[in-house]
Amino acid sequence: MTRQTEPTQQTATPTRGVAGPRRRAILHPRLRGGLFGLAGLALLALVWELYKTLGPADGVILGGITVLPRTTDLAMPHLAVMAVRLFEPVTGAASALPLWQAVLAGALFTLGIAAVGWLVGVTVGLALALLMQRFRLAESAILPWIILSQTVPLIAIAPLVRRWGAQIQFGEFTWESWMSVALIASYLAFFPVSIGALRGLSSPDANHVDLMHCYAVGWWKTLWRLRLPASVGYLLPALRLAAVSAVVGSVVAEVSIGLRGGIGRLIVEYAGAAGGDPGKPWAPIFGSILVGLVAAGFVGLIGLFLRRFRRGEISL
Amino acid sequence: MNHRIKWLGTVGAISAVGALVLSGCSSTGSDTASTDAGSDLTPITLQLQWVAQAQFAGYYAAVDQGYYADEGLDVTIEEGGPDIVPQDVLAAGDVDYAISWVPKVLGSIEQGANITDVAQIFERSATTQISFTDKNITTAADLAGKTVGSWGFGNEWELFAGMQKAGVALDDISLIQQAFDMNAFLSGDIDAAQAMTYNEYAQVLETENPATGELYQPEDLNVIDWNDEGTAMLQDAIWANADQLASDSDYAANTVKFIKASIKGWIFAANSPEDAAGIVTAAGSSLGQSHQLWMTNEVSKLIFPSTNGVGMIDEAAWANTVDIAKNTKNETGATIISTDPPATAYSNEYVTQALDELKADGVDVMGTDWAPTEVTLNAGGN
Repeated sequence: MTRQTEPTQQTATPTRGVAGPRRRAILHPRLRGGLFGLAGLALLALVWELYKTLGPADGVILGGITVLPRTTDLAMPHLAVMAVRLFEPVTGAASALPLWQAVLAGALFTLGIAAVGWLVGVTVGLALALLMQRFRLAESAILPWIILSQTVPLIAIAPLVRRWGAQIQFGEFTWESWMSVALIASYLAFFPVSIGALRGLSSPDANHVDLMHCYAVGWWKTLWRLRLPASVGYLLPALRLAAVSAVVGSVVAEVSIGLRGGIGRLIVEYAGAAGGDPGKPWAPIFGSILVGLVAAGFVGLIGLFLRRFRRGEISL
Repeated sequence: MNHRIKWLGTVGAISAVGALVLSGCSSTGSDTASTDAGSDLTPITLQLQWVAQAQFAGYYAAVDQGYYADEGLDVTIEEGGPDIVPQDVLAAGDVDYAISWVPKVLGSIEQGANITDVAQIFERSATTQISFTDKNITTAADLAGKTVGSWGFGNEWELFAGMQKAGVALDDISLIQQAFDMNAFLSGDIDAAQAMTYNEYAQVLETENPATGELYQPEDLNVIDWNDEGTAMLQDAIWANADQLASDSDYAANTVKFIKASIKGWIFAANSPEDAAGIVTAAGSSLGQSHQLWMTNEVSKLIFPSTNGVGMIDEAAWANTVDIAKNTKNETGATIISTDPPATAYSNEYVTQALDELKADGVDVMGTDWAPTEVTLNAGGN
């Protein structure tokens, strides 16, 4: 984002050979971005507490429709209640873990499943994009189906996938329920990748492609030398979208089939405590936010590795 | 050259991370509650209708106490979830037995699922409609003009039947879809909320009453019990595959063994509720301790004292459930079933044999002298 402005400032300096002062110029805005992120979080917390203190107890109702929630301790617990609850044990049992530890374990489990789903989704998405780029016929045939696939409601297919999976067994391999969740995560994740990669692969200028033709370079080499590098700017936002979709898909599918171990299951189980223990149901929500942030951060890391290809990155 | 090496490095880094994640995941994949797979035990899978909780204490206790193993069965318990339909999983042949409510299954049977109720574990219904005393709702007739909560998805029929019996039409109430929690009831959006005696009722009693600063007390609530209103329907039952019962004599024999061990598990849960609650918690339930104990105690009340022996299907209660399923209309005018279910929908053959064997072993399957314990609920169920 900030990088886009750089070439205009430093058009004279060659892009290669990063010098000391320039590096500081890169780091500084990033640090500032982080600070702004934290400030945004603090602002959100402030708005929450302010509304809770000043808002009407019955919420804001316009024409019979509640537009802003109630401010009771049940509907909107104090942030401190949620925070303190995180450090108390999950239940009164002697062996119970502190809540944050249980949620962290759930978050790691969900992150693992989402990562598998993301990898599968990215692989499938890239393969479809390559196929569609290579053969015009494939694009006409597949693209509408890719878009249609995202209109199928997730909660309808989650139990079906689990049941189909339960019938799969080859030799030592048996289908586990977590694989169904990963499959659903990949089902959401492949979509932005296939669309983004297709746009990216088709993004090189016609004269660049023509140049490759003049060199009598084959499709594979054109792909490696020209199309793939050119697609990075489109691919990275798509990968980030895919990562977040994979997390959402994992949590929703976990809720749907009640898979033990993940954030989704904790959401279902802790919901019942909403009345007597209002801070508890919020803990898995923080957990899923954490998973989303880590997943998006991981894609950011990939972006660091591919820095030299990120020319004119588009925002998606 | 430089270009290519960087590319390879990136690809390598990504695949290394991916492999790490994959291997981490596969080691945490298995989460089933099964006993040691001994050499000559028959593997059996049981599908529950919800996640692990004391509603299924008897089955978890039977696994933990080795009652299934004593019968030569290696039982794996599969947990349910919001979108898991146990009778469909059973009819598809993915599991050997399933736990589900009779009215929900009757609909599936009419749709073609060929399954049989082989043991009616819960004799009484746990579904109630609760309200704060200041709303003055003590009978189904009082629901007229009120906002009434229901979870829907097959949990609403006793309520609708009770209202129909009392002459309250669905247009006379405003029906509200209830969530997993009781917040809508506690904040007054719902006058009369659906509550299972073993779960949501306790959730309310675990909540602080802002007026007193203490937890809500049973005196603060009016309860419409569908058992008293005469529109109770049969709930948790053990279902088996009807085709397999007819064609596979080993499966039929295992069904008797499974019921026998399950009944022993329920007797254990009724007599040692604290141990049973601990077993369920150890099996992975994250409900609070006092809530889990309350649930164990309440589900035992649905079973004991037993009228005909645990699991026996009472013909009058079955007929009443079928009658309600045929004649109660929901908000769209639909009924659960349109014709009587086939004769294979229930059978007392297997449970009778199981009860005879238990009686021969000197086991008390009636629980005539059984009395529930007093459970004190703590805030948040902890």
